[in-house]
Amino acid sequence: MGLALLCIIWLITFLSTYFFVAKTWWLPKGVAAAAPAIDHQFAFTYVAMGIIFVLAQCALGFLVWKYRDRGDARKVSYSHGNTKLEVLWTTLTAILFIGLNLMGSPIWAAERFEPPKPDAVPVEVTGMQFAWYFRYPGMDGKFGATKADLIDPSSGNEAAIGLDTNDPASKDDIIAGTMYVPVNREVDLQLRAIDVIHSFFVPAFRFKQDAVPGLRIHMHFTPTEVGDYEIACAELCGMGHYKMHGMVKVVSQADFDKWIAEREAAKQ
Amino acid sequence: MATTAHLHAHAAPQGFVRKYIFSLDHKVIGIQYYFLALTAVFVGMFLSLLMRIHLIWPAAKLPLIGAIQPETYLSLLTMHGTIMVFFVLTTAPQGGFGNYFLPIQIGAPDMAFPVLNMLSFWTTFVAFVVLIAAFFVTGGAPLHGWTGYAPLSALPNAGPGEQLGADLWITSIAIFCVASLMGALNFITTTLDLRAKGMTLMRMPLTVWSWFVTAILGLLAFGVLLSAGILLLLDRNLGTSFYVPLVVVNGQVMGHKGGSPLLWQHLFWFFGHPEVYIAILPGMGVASQLLSTFARKPIFGYRAMVYAIMGIGLLGFMVWGHHMFMSGMSPYSAFAFSLMTMSIGVPSAIKTFNWLGTLWGAKIRLHSPMLFAIGFVSLFVSGGLSGPFLAQPVLDIPLHDTYFVVGHFHLIMGVAAIFGIFGATYYWFPKMFGRMMNESLARVHFVITLIGTYAIFMPMHYLGMAGQTRRYSQFTEVAYQTKLLPLQTFMTYAAFITIGAQLVFLFNLFWSMWKGPKASDNPWEATTLEWTTATPPPHDNFGGHTPIVNHGPYEYNVPGASKDYVMQTDPATASAH
Amino acid sequence: MGDQSFEDQMSPTGTREPRINNSGAITLPPFIGGGGDGRGGGSPDFGDRLRRARLGLAVGITPVIMLFVSLTSAYIVRQGLPTLDENTNKYVHDWLPVSLPWLILLLNTFVLIVSSVTMELARRDITRESALAPVRSIPGVSLGVEKRFPWLGLTVLLGIMFLVGQWMAWRELEYRGFFLATSPSSSFVYLLTGMHALHLMGGVIALSYAALITLFHKPVDSRRVVIDVTAWYWHFMALLWIYIFALLEFAR
Repeated sequence: MGLALLCIIWLITFLSTYFFVAKTWWLPKGVAAAAPAIDHQFAFTYVAMGIIFVLAQCALGFLVWKYRDRGDARKVSYSHGNTKLEVLWTTLTAILFIGLNLMGSPIWAAERFEPPKPDAVPVEVTGMQFAWYFRYPGMDGKFGATKADLIDPSSGNEAAIGLDTNDPASKDDIIAGTMYVPVNREVDLQLRAIDVIHSFFVPAFRFKQDAVPGLRIHMHFTPTEVGDYEIACAELCGMGHYKMHGMVKVVSQADFDKWIAEREAAKQ
Repeated sequence: MATTAHLHAHAAPQGFVRKYIFSLDHKVIGIQYYFLALTAVFVGMFLSLLMRIHLIWPAAKLPLIGAIQPETYLSLLTMHGTIMVFFVLTTAPQGGFGNYFLPIQIGAPDMAFPVLNMLSFWTTFVAFVVLIAAFFVTGGAPLHGWTGYAPLSALPNAGPGEQLGADLWITSIAIFCVASLMGALNFITTTLDLRAKGMTLMRMPLTVWSWFVTAILGLLAFGVLLSAGILLLLDRNLGTSFYVPLVVVNGQVMGHKGGSPLLWQHLFWFFGHPEVYIAILPGMGVASQLLSTFARKPIFGYRAMVYAIMGIGLLGFMVWGHHMFMSGMSPYSAFAFSLMTMSIGVPSAIKTFNWLGTLWGAKIRLHSPMLFAIGFVSLFVSGGLSGPFLAQPVLDIPLHDTYFVVGHFHLIMGVAAIFGIFGATYYWFPKMFGRMMNESLARVHFVITLIGTYAIFMPMHYLGMAGQTRRYSQFTEVAYQTKLLPLQTFMTYAAFITIGAQLVFLFNLFWSMWKGPKASDNPWEATTLEWTTATPPPHDNFGGHTPIVNHGPYEYNVPGASKDYVMQTDPATASAH
Repeated sequence: MGDQSFEDQMSPTGTREPRINNSGAITLPPFIGGGGDGRGGGSPDFGDRLRRARLGLAVGITPVIMLFVSLTSAYIVRQGLPTLDENTNKYVHDWLPVSLPWLILLLNTFVLIVSSVTMELARRDITRESALAPVRSIPGVSLGVEKRFPWLGLTVLLGIMFLVGQWMAWRELEYRGFFLATSPSSSFVYLLTGMHALHLMGGVIALSYAALITLFHKPVDSRRVVIDVTAWYWHFMALLWIYIFALLEFAR
C-alpha cells in the first residue's frame, strides 16, 4: 500500500502540474494596459506555489513509502520536534507570503487608487436582470439625469436605464447594448446596478468590478488591441445570470468617432 | 441551563425514548449528530450530482425530476452549499465526533450541560427540516447561493424561490446559529471545567485543542450571522432598509431606500470566514492524532501545533474582507485584508511541515484511518496553495467568482475536511460501535475517493484561469466558456465515479455495524483516554472511576518503555523493567 | 499551561517526574511533565455545579455581546455612510436622527437599575439560605420560620414593568412618526431596543422558573444555581441597556 500511495500521490502531482506548465488551459491573452503586470504577478505566485506544491506532495509520498512499517525491528526516532526548524520554516513562509503581498500592492494601487486620466472616454455601465447597457455622454460631455420611476427594462435602451428625456443634458446621451471603446485610450467606467448586484467581468482586460445598487463605482482600464471581447456577469444575479453577457468592441479612434457620430445622427 | 448540570445522574436511562431519542448521553448525541450529517451529506451530494448532470446535458429528462431548469439549478446550488457547509462540515466533525470524544478524551463523565447538549442537537435537527422544507413550498428553494447576497436575497420578487423558500432558508440558518451557540457554550465549559486530574492544557490531544478553538470561533461568529439573518428577515418581511437601497425590479420601484448591500457582505463574511476554519480545524486535529498514532511517533512540535491552531483561529477573524475585493469596498482596506490573509499561510505551513516532520523516521502502519489522514495532508496542501492567489487583490481580479475559487474551497474546506471525517470514522468506529470496519473496502473507498476528488476539483483551477464564471447553469451563452465544456464533461464523469465510491463507504459502515469483527478496547494501540475504557464506553465513560493522566497525548516509541506506546493513564514511573 | 515548578508541585502523585537518562526509565521532555490544572471530572458537588453554571454564563453572554457589537458597528457605519440619490446621481447624507422619548426611557432605566438591586438582594438571600440549609437539616435544630421579603417576585415585577415601559416608548416613537421602516435610523432604534427586550424576557422567564420551583420545594441548591446565574445575567442586561440608551442618545 505504501508504494501504491507513493505512486498515486506523485501521479496526481505530476498530472496536475503538467496541465499548469503546458498551459493547456490558461488565462486568455491579456489586451489591456494592466494585463502584463497582473500576469507577471500571477506567474511569479504560480511558480512559487508550484515549487512548494511539488516538493510537499513528493515529500509526502516519499516519506509514506520510505518509513512504512515493514515489520522489521527498526528503531523509531523519538522526537517531540525541533525548535530551530520550526523557527526556520515559520520565518521563510512569512517572508514569502508577505513578500508576495508587497509585490502585488503597487499594481493594485495603480488599478484602484489612481483617478482616470482627464482625456479618458467616459462610459456608464448599467447592470440589470439580465442585461448590460452602456451610456456615452455625447457632445456635452455630461450624462443626463436618470429617474428610478422611469425605469422600464422591457422597453430597452433609454427606458431601460430610466433616462429622463426632459433633462437637456440627456438629449445627446447615447445608449447601446454593445460597448464600443477606442484602442489605447483609457476608459473611465462608471458602474451602477438598478436591481441586484452584478459584476462586470472582461477576462481579456483582467478587469472585474461588482456593480452594486446604491453605489456608483468609478473604474478605469485601457484596452490595447482592436477586437471583440466578451463580458460575463460574475456575480450571481438571478435565474438568467448565465446569459447576462455582453460584448466590448475595441476599435480604432477613427472608427469610434464614426460610430458615435452615426449614433448621434440616428438620434436626431 | 444551570439546573441541567447534573441530571444525567449515575444510572443509565431506561426506555427507548430516553435512551436513544431524547438522550442526555453525549455519546448518543454524538452519534445522532453523525447520522444527521450522514443524511445531509448524501442529500447534498445528490444535489451536486443533479447539478453536474444539468451542466453537461441540460435537456436530459431525469426520472421523477424531469428536466432541470436554470432556476432549479440555482436552487440546487444554494441548497447544496447550505447543507454541506452547515449540516455536514459544521455538524459532523464538531457536533458528531467532538460530542462523542471530547469528554472522553479529557476524562469527563459527560458534557458540562447535558440537557443543553440534547437541545442543541434537536435544534439542529429542526433547522435541517426547515431547510429541506424550502424545496417543497411554492417557488421552490431560493436561488441566491449559500452566501445569500442582498439585495437578491432580500427581494421576494427578484426570482423564483425568493418568496417563502428564501424565508425558510434564512429561518433555518438562524435556528442553526442558536443550536451552534448552545453547542459551543457546552464545548468550551466542558474543556475548561471538566478535565481529569493531570489533564493539563498542554496534555490535551490536538483533537481536543481543535474542537475547543473551533467552539470559540463558533461562539464569536454565529452571533454575528444571527444578527445578519435577523436584519435580512426584517428587510424581507417588514419593509426595513438595512441592505436594500432604492432598487427597481422588473420595472417596479421597490419601497426600500437607503440600505447598503455591502453591509450584508461584511456581516456575512465576518461569520463566513471563521466558518471555514470551523469546518477545517477539527480535520486538522484528527489528522494530527491519526498521523502520530499510525506513525508510532510523537507529533512533531506539539506546542507549535497548538499555537498554530490558535493563530489560525485568531487571524480567521481579521480576513473577511478578502471575499470582497471586487465588491466596491474601499480599495485601501484591501491592503490590510490581503496582508492578514497571507499571514494565515504561516500557521498553515507550520502545520504541514510538522505533519511531514512526524512522518520522518517513523514506522507507518497504513491502516485505513492513516490513509485518509495522509490524503488529508495532500488535499490540504493542494487546496491551501491556491489560497495565496486569491488572497492577493490583483490576482483576485481575474480569479474572483470563477471556478478557481470553487476548486480552492472545495479542496480545502470541502474534501480535506471530509477526509478528516472519513479518517475519524474509520479510526473511532471500533470505539463507537464495538466492531471493526472492513479494511479492503476502506482501501477501495480511499483510492477512488482520492483520485476522484482530485479529478473533479483540480480541473476547476484550470477552468477558473480560463475565465469560467461560477454559478452559471449553462455555458452555452458565452462563447469563450463553451470551449471549456469538454473539461466540464470529464469532471461530471469523475463525479459519477467518486459518488459511486461513497456507496462502498455507506455499505461498509452499516455492514460493519452488525457484521464486522469484534473490536478490542484499543485496536490501534493508541494512547489517548478513549482507548483506556471499554468498547463501547459505559454510560459514564469510565465505569465509575475517574482517570488520572500522567503523560502527554502522543507518547509513542518512548525509549526504554516496554511497549511502543505509553498511554496517558499509565503510571508516571512506568519503566521498561 | 503553568510553568514547570508549578506543575511539579501540583503533581497528583506528589512525586517529581522521572528524568533519569540511560537507566531505562522513561525520559519525557520537560513540558509534558506533571499534572495540574485539570480539576477532575468526577461527580460534581454543589460548589462545582455553581462554578460550572457561572462559567457557562460567562461563555454564554459572549455571543450576546457579539450580537450587539455587530449591530453597533452596523449602526455606526450606516450613520456615516452617504447614500446615492438615484435621481441626481449624487451621494447625500440621508441619516434621519430619531427623537427618542427620553423621559419614558429614563424612567425605564431607573426601573431596570432598581430591579438590578432587588435582584442582587434576592441573590444574597438565597446564598444565605443555602449556607444555612445544612444547619437546618440537623434534627432538633430550629432557626424559626423566617419571613423573607419576596425580592425575587419584585424583580420579576420590575422586569415586566420595564418591558411594558419599552412598549410604551415604541408607541410614543410611532406617534412621533418613526415607524420600524421609516428610515434606517428608526429601524436601528427598534432593532437594538427590541433585541434587548427579547434578551431581558429570557431573564424574566428564568426568574419565573426559579420562583415556580420554590413552590414545588425543590432543593435550595438547585434554586440557588438558577437565581445566582440569572442575577449575573440580569446585571449584564442592565449594563447592556445603559449602553444601548447611551448609544442611541449620543450617537444619533
